Amino acid sequence: MVVTRSRLTEGRRTDPAFGRSARAVLRGIVWCAAPLLMRVRARQAQGARLTRLAGLLGGVLAAARAHGVELPEDRADAMFHLYDGGGVTALGPAVLIRKSLFDRFSLSGSYYVDMVSNASIDVVTTASPYHETRRESALGLDYVYHDSLISLSGTHSKEPDYSADSAGVDVSQDVFGGMTTISVGYTRGWDTVGKHGSPSFSAPANHWQYRAGITQVLTPRWLMSLNLESVSDDGYLQSPYRVARLFGAAVPESDPTTRTGRAALLRVAGDIGSRGAVHVQYRYFWDTWGIAAHTAELGYARHFGDRWLAEGYVRYYTQGDALFYSNNFTSSRTYMSRNRQLSSFWDGGPGLKVSYSAGRVASRFDVKLTAGYQWLRFQYHDFTDIRTGQLYSFNANVLEFFVSAAY
Amino acid sequence: MNACRIVAGGLAAVLLLAGCSIQPWVKPYERERLADPIMKFSGDPLADKHREHVFDVREAAHGATGVQGGGCGCN
Amino acid sequence: MNSKDRAIRRRTAAFLGTCLAAMAGAGAAAVLTSGPAPDFTLHSVAGSNLRLREQKGQVVMLNFWASWCGPCREEMPRLDRLYERYHASGFQLLGVNVDDDVRNAAGVSTKLGLHFPVLLDTEKKVSRLYDLSTMPSTVLIDRDGRVRYIHRGYKDGVEQAYEDQIRELLRE
Repeated sequence: MVVTRSRLTEGRRTDPAFGRSARAVLRGIVWCAAPLLMRVRARQAQGARLTRLAGLLGGVLAAARAHGVELPEDRADAMFHLYDGGGVTALGPAVLIRKSLFDRFSLSGSYYVDMVSNASIDVVTTASPYHETRRESALGLDYVYHDSLISLSGTHSKEPDYSADSAGVDVSQDVFGGMTTISVGYTRGWDTVGKHGSPSFSAPANHWQYRAGITQVLTPRWLMSLNLESVSDDGYLQSPYRVARLFGAAVPESDPTTRTGRAALLRVAGDIGSRGAVHVQYRYFWDTWGIAAHTAELGYARHFGDRWLAEGYVRYYTQGDALFYSNNFTSSRTYMSRNRQLSSFWDGGPGLKVSYSAGRVASRFDVKLTAGYQWLRFQYHDFTDIRTGQLYSFNANVLEFFVSAAY
Repeated sequence: MNACRIVAGGLAAVLLLAGCSIQPWVKPYERERLADPIMKFSGDPLADKHREHVFDVREAAHGATGVQGGGCGCN
Repeated sequence: MNSKDRAIRRRTAAFLGTCLAAMAGAGAAAVLTSGPAPDFTLHSVAGSNLRLREQKGQVVMLNFWASWCGPCREEMPRLDRLYERYHASGFQLLGVNVDDDVRNAAGVSTKLGLHFPVLLDTEKKVSRLYDLSTMPSTVLIDRDGRVRYIHRGYKDGVEQAYEDQIRELLRE
């Protein structure tokens, strides 16, 4: 397990056996490969070493976006999205436009609006429901040079009490006769956290994301990809509104000011039968706050006739709680949090996505209509609804409906 | 340590494949099924972004999803 | 913050190093580079059979493509223009399609309004014969039936190189 700062723990955290063996395998591979690629002086926290080695390993264990390097096709999308569950309703429109220039560049821009009505358990038990709108705009530039794809991206997200900017670069390369695609990427984020009713409150948060991936063609019908990502955060990482509980009384929450999390994702897709494909994926996440999480998804996609495409899937997620999380603290600590996002819980549910290809419109646009729906259930193991005293759980509906036009 | 050496050797072999004697065993003209949209890992960018956000604000795990770009943090 | 900065910089350097190492990877080279062009007979979309050896005396360009290959579809209209311009001077362009379903070949051919013959290699026999390593692949054969130039993949602007090479072979 990653060694955390001494202030944080009284010792190494015991991990679930499954996570431990998975990490051991990954660490074994990473550790063994390091000397081959670059001389690295092994020192300090295993966590930092793992990141470096994951980076060095780029040549083998790296995951790419899609298989093969190609300039993304021109398209325009308009979407309506909705999330409804746990007292929160978030909906809004989003648009994306992508256009290629000079046959070598592809410029893309997107605008995303999130109108949130928040009456979640955190909000109703400490304050009153509110409405808020978040707007995010993003710009991207892709460039294809021989077998490489270089992508630059930038985003700006703004809501009344939070603003976030990011800039990133990704490079993808086809190797081994196009059977393998290797990619590496980096994103830097700058956030400013504000607080309603306190105009003078302004705290920064910084993020660094490093990712590497490999997509490998296994057979004419099977494809796999492995993605590794490391996310480091620094600054004000908690919420100025949320409270923790100490002997049943509310106290302001306190999170550490740094965090490093790592994720490894394995995906396999196989073309089976006449017109269907099966997708399996598993992600393991671990971080310096003591959280270990598993995500698994299984899906089946199929063509129906000439115009219809349907995909059914099931997603399951489970996580352990953070070192400084407690539903009700019985002693005062430096770091205390009752953030249910850091508690131990599971969530999951089935989903369905259906696409209809409407064909050529106005002799220029290939139009496709898609609707996606997922039902989710969240069940917490160590977070209670203080109104009832029971362990908290809720169901949620997630919906996307969009029109895409390729031109 | 032996297992370590075996894994290291295997990785070295994979790394050296490019330009060496092992030829790509799936020819470019045999990749029709892989080009089918049902084989894509990530579907549509906007929908993926929304789904990613839904889970990002409720789950502690993040990263390695294939969705690029920063997020709102949304603590 | 100092050690954190250093650690971050080290990580970045490691990633850049990996990036460079990864980018140095190469694909496998095709076996066919020169010599007499292997002969074959294929069915065309129009219905007739076409044999490569019968084209001797003309400069032949073989373009291997598939409906599911984006760069192939991009390249085709430009090849069509070259065909129209030089066909009368003794230039023959044969599109060899490798789709499993022949309807896709006919569909794309009609949609793009191609004038040159499209041959159907559903069994991939000719693709294997020419040991293709990329899609698309373009092979230029001179009047004596010898392979002279091979272009792997499609890059914007390569049609200028095609034109120069076609003119050179036509002059022989």
